[in-house]
Amino acid sequence: MIEIKNLHANIDGREILKGINLTVNKGEVHAIMGPNGSGKSTLAQVIAGREDYEVTQGEILFNGKNLLELSTEARACEGIFLAFQYPVEIPGVSNTTLLKNALNSIRKYRGEEELDAMEFLTLVKKKMSLVELSEDLLRRSVNEGFSGGEKKRNEIFQMAVLQPKLAILDETDSGLDIDALRIVANGVTKLKSPENATIVVTHYQRLLNYIVPDFVHVLYNGKIIKSGDKSLALELEDKGYDWVIEEAAELV
Amino acid sequence: MGDNQVLGKKFCSLREDSNLEGQLPIFNLDLRGYNLSKIHQNTGTLILTFLYSMYKFNIEIISFLEKVNILNEISHLERFTEQEYKYGFVTDIEADEIPKGLSEDVIRLLSSKKAEPEWMLEYRLKAYRAWLKMEEPKWANVHYPPIDYQEIIYYSAPKQQKKLNSMDEVDPELLKTFNKLGIPLEEQKVFAGVAVDAVFDSVSVATTFKAKLAELGIIFTPFSEAIREHPDLVKKYLSSVVPVTDNYFAALNSAVFSDGSFIYIPKGVRCPMELSTYFRINAKNTGQFERTLIIADEGAYVSYLEGCTAPMRDENQLHAAVVELVALDNARIKYSTVQNWYAGNKEGVGGIYNFVTKRGICKGINSKISWTQVETGSAITWKYPSCILQGENSVGEFYSVAVTNNYQQADTGTKMIHLGKNTRSTIVSKGISAGKSNNSYRGLVRIGKKAEGARNFSQCDSLLLGDRCGAHTFPYLEVLNPSAIVEHEATTSKIGEDQIFYLNQRGLSTEDAVNMIVNGYCKEVFKELPMEFAVEAQKLLSVSLEGSVG
Repeated sequence: MIEIKNLHANIDGREILKGINLTVNKGEVHAIMGPNGSGKSTLAQVIAGREDYEVTQGEILFNGKNLLELSTEARACEGIFLAFQYPVEIPGVSNTTLLKNALNSIRKYRGEEELDAMEFLTLVKKKMSLVELSEDLLRRSVNEGFSGGEKKRNEIFQMAVLQPKLAILDETDSGLDIDALRIVANGVTKLKSPENATIVVTHYQRLLNYIVPDFVHVLYNGKIIKSGDKSLALELEDKGYDWVIEEAAELV
Repeated sequence: MGDNQVLGKKFCSLREDSNLEGQLPIFNLDLRGYNLSKIHQNTGTLILTFLYSMYKFNIEIISFLEKVNILNEISHLERFTEQEYKYGFVTDIEADEIPKGLSEDVIRLLSSKKAEPEWMLEYRLKAYRAWLKMEEPKWANVHYPPIDYQEIIYYSAPKQQKKLNSMDEVDPELLKTFNKLGIPLEEQKVFAGVAVDAVFDSVSVATTFKAKLAELGIIFTPFSEAIREHPDLVKKYLSSVVPVTDNYFAALNSAVFSDGSFIYIPKGVRCPMELSTYFRINAKNTGQFERTLIIADEGAYVSYLEGCTAPMRDENQLHAAVVELVALDNARIKYSTVQNWYAGNKEGVGGIYNFVTKRGICKGINSKISWTQVETGSAITWKYPSCILQGENSVGEFYSVAVTNNYQQADTGTKMIHLGKNTRSTIVSKGISAGKSNNSYRGLVRIGKKAEGARNFSQCDSLLLGDRCGAHTFPYLEVLNPSAIVEHEATTSKIGEDQIFYLNQRGLSTEDAVNMIVNGYCKEVFKELPMEFAVEAQKLLSVSLEGSVG
């Protein structure tokens, strides 16, 4: 689905990603872990197309297409969804307005017919239950005055409506209490299918108790220094990151 | 012209083809944002404005606006645009113009052309003499070269055989034209619930639903007709809210106003439909001096919509209107404006000077006047819809969205004059500046000595798109009664890159993202607009801000 080859990226002239290689196939869940400042969020944003980052080397192929040539919105329309670490507030724009426009923009891009108000509402109602979102939040302005948990649930709800091929969850677990975490993770798990893929960016192993990854990668200093299966996450939880970093240093 | 993006292709082909025939365009369908928005609304209603520019008789332009209800707007419109291209006709209607310039003679001529009674002529001359002694105001935060008042044509109207009492008497040539276009004028076609008093340049040509309104005792008529048919009401209320000498432009308007709307809602009557007038400035060098007077008698209610468009012209055109509202005991007046007059081109050439005096008086107890305006057009806007809250417990409201782009300048706001006890006012102003424009909010809240328990809440927000535009806020407060509570909130913000990235990531283009953010920002005002105006306002905004970000 997505192939990242030797990806280097700068912000303000400082290199953050220093040669990332990662392949994610349909139906897979990949977890990207690593200490603060290792470049996890940068990777998520570069894939999504944030312009603040300059890609200096490497390429990203998404279903065979050169992603780096596409605008942020085209990437979204191709099926990439980023669940933000800090979801943005948009005063005066209701959740439904945003979603209806987004969904129809994506459908238009794909040559599908736009949904009318009724069809859209039906879809939304169905998806809302996934993350136990109250109808009240639909009518409220996007993320405005939402609690931390509501914001994150709202991200997953948007994901459910937009049905991306590749979902990237950027620190979705941060700031969530255990109940919210369970709700969010259940939502993500239910959305999993053999046709889509998920990249979970996280600090902690606890989210991975709910969203079970097929692969776990450790990102450190702009590079993936170790990959493994879900047991690697447990090991990291247990022993911290230092041993992986040391091990990687020895290899160099 | 980005304005024509939605129907751009059709529009362009229309123009090109007419040029190919070796003529000046003999027919233009004016597709500026105003109309586009109508085409796209989903209310099942479509308002179209037609503009005929006639090469043959020098330049005579007539516009007409008609409101029709159709099931499938878009496909109808496509049929319609093809149709008019197919016909591409010239309408043989002469325009009636007074030579340019202003003098007592011009005013006499104007008054006689309109067959006005003596008292009206006297009123005009008095205003003119007062105007001569006044000076053009310079305090607004706007800049423009001096206006040569002798270069303006003060009266222009499609020449008609006689005065019009009903649709049957509209110039048959004109009617034929509309019928050719597939937009019949007959009243039964206009059933969308809005009675339209269409102003062709200066004369109201057709007024619909008049009969139906008359049953309720409602008077909704062109001002010139009101002068003849309801002189007592006109004499009683004309200039009762905006005195002739109130300000320079009001005096000018009083001297030369050509037409406008007059509305009287009798005691206890709730006007069953939204009343609306569409003003249009078409003929070259014609100043438009509209006069509107709305009186809501005790317990009456009326909602009035005012929409404005003007075609593109190189010269600046002056628009100096006066609107007066009178609300008696327990009466309510809701006045909504969507103004999209030509703002000049990207270099700041041309555009309308919109110098307007709008004021309402809540004369009676528990009365309420609510102004809602969406201002996207005009090169320069200078207007302060105001409320004089005289009656006890009366309420004044002002909801405004003012958008400026390119070189537009807007100095707009409101005045809330609290005179009576327990009077309340709310001001919500949303300024949006883009390009190199300047957008100023200027508002006065005055609490008089006797205004025990008066309350005001003001919220003035400014949104900047880009870094070459300006937003300014000039709040004036005069509180003479210590029991009053006056609150003022002001914010200035920019659209965040985070917001745009977030919406981009959800699949929306930057332009759509900006539109969405801006519309969200204006929501508090839009929700005050009647439904179809709100839809229109949203579309207008996106047209106005096209290309201003990203």
